[in-house]
Amino acid sequence: MSSDLFPNADTPPLADNSRRSFLKQSGGILGLALAPPLASQAERLTAYSKVIQGATDITLRVNSQAHTVRVEPRVTLLDTLRERLDLTGTKKGCDHGQCGACTVHINGKRTLSCLTLAVMQQGKEITTIEGLAKGDELHPMQAAFIKHDGLQCGYCTPGQIMSGVACVQEGHATTDAQCREWMSGNLCRCGAYPNILAAVREVASQSSKG
Amino acid sequence: MNDFSYTQAATAKEATDLRKATPAGAYIAGGTTLLDLMKAHLAEHPQLVDINQLPLKGIEQTKDGLRIGALETMSDVGEHPLVVQQYPAVSQALLLAASPQLRNMASLGGNILQRTRCGYFRDAAFPCNKRVPGSGCPALDGDHHNLAILGVSDSCIANSYPGDLSVALTAFDAVLTLEKAKGKQRQVPLTEFYLLPGNTLQRETVLEPGELIVAITIPAATHAQRSTYLKVRERSSYAYALASAAVGLDVQGGTIRAARVALGGVGAQPWRSREAERVLTGQPATEATFRAAAAAALQGARPREHNRYKVELAQNTLVRALQQVAG
Repeated sequence: MSSDLFPNADTPPLADNSRRSFLKQSGGILGLALAPPLASQAERLTAYSKVIQGATDITLRVNSQAHTVRVEPRVTLLDTLRERLDLTGTKKGCDHGQCGACTVHINGKRTLSCLTLAVMQQGKEITTIEGLAKGDELHPMQAAFIKHDGLQCGYCTPGQIMSGVACVQEGHATTDAQCREWMSGNLCRCGAYPNILAAVREVASQSSKG
Repeated sequence: MNDFSYTQAATAKEATDLRKATPAGAYIAGGTTLLDLMKAHLAEHPQLVDINQLPLKGIEQTKDGLRIGALETMSDVGEHPLVVQQYPAVSQALLLAASPQLRNMASLGGNILQRTRCGYFRDAAFPCNKRVPGSGCPALDGDHHNLAILGVSDSCIANSYPGDLSVALTAFDAVLTLEKAKGKQRQVPLTEFYLLPGNTLQRETVLEPGELIVAITIPAATHAQRSTYLKVRERSSYAYALASAAVGLDVQGGTIRAARVALGGVGAQPWRSREAERVLTGQPATEATFRAAAAAALQGARPREHNRYKVELAQNTLVRALQQVAG
């Protein structure tokens, strides 16, 4: 079977290869370093019971930093990031999970922050566009978007970049067709797709050489 | 979204107890359908019970087939080697749906319970028999180009389940394990899970209030191994199906020993076509047979002005899918 989903024909998509396992391992080590010990257990809202009603203090770990914010259960992660934590890099496009502008990583997986509640994400490691660069050193995906002019108005760009980073890590950017398919959850109304594709594919090829 | 209370349930018992105490509440897993509906004021719940901590995960072989925990995500199941190898149509249905981000979030149980994308249902400014019983159905004479042609009624032509997974699960005889309270489980075949639009349009499945989907089991079969999911849509990715086909064939010596056929995008529910299966079984795996099966599958179609094209589209989709698996 050969398709845009699995361009590498007959092998099952999870079949390991050195690049992906390297990325997974390195991601795992990074994850370990960043995650609080047994966070999901420790920070679970203690047994039966704790009903959260109205504005309540919760702790979110964003870009390796713990933040305590007071939110109602109905507040999305997206609104919490933008309105409470001043992390406005993550964009609100459609607010209904149709455009990808709000993409962040939760425990390393690309996720739509508009369709999850902040209260559900306690104890997780959340990474936003602000957490990619190391000081003044841009993440390779950010640098590639600049080099390939992967944007016009820029509104979808943080989501594109967060999705692109994950797409490469997942091993879903090995061909142009596969990369288009696995980046299809991020819409760009300006139509910068060819340049976005070039940027993500370049980072993927660099990763495989590394 | 309306204001609501939120509780993270630690056990299934706790979750079902909470729902029993507040019947108007809802479970939340991935949240991708529920929060979308709540933001659009199409669903309002005074309480959400977060079930993500429940032990409803795991993908394992059992004597009844592959058992998948209802909290497994679309991504993890779609790329799982056992699913890819034994149920290619299920894997493809999952990975051709939604976007990578949504697939990372959405649980299988939630996917099965997604609601229609009928524009009139989703816009509270319009009447809708599904939303407000007896208010009318503007889709009948309005824009219904993406709506159903099989199993429709005079009061609703929505494809109640617009997705892909349940189409493949319906084809391959999957069975849901439902749990209403501790120790109270029942098994329901996917083919009997969805309800056609009759007198109780708001009731779309046999799931009872507070009942949880805990697992999905798909029997092992040669026709499931030799299967595919073909999806036709208005753009090449990230869109709902206009028509889709989940098919599986067991072909020996050029003759079809067993066949499974289900259609998506055209039915008021995921549309298993036993008529097509009867036409295929025992016949040579040729285009003539496939055409006859496709004609049988669409025989009961009741298209309207803007979705008449779906009759031919669904037939061609089915024929091509059968050709692909017949090889």
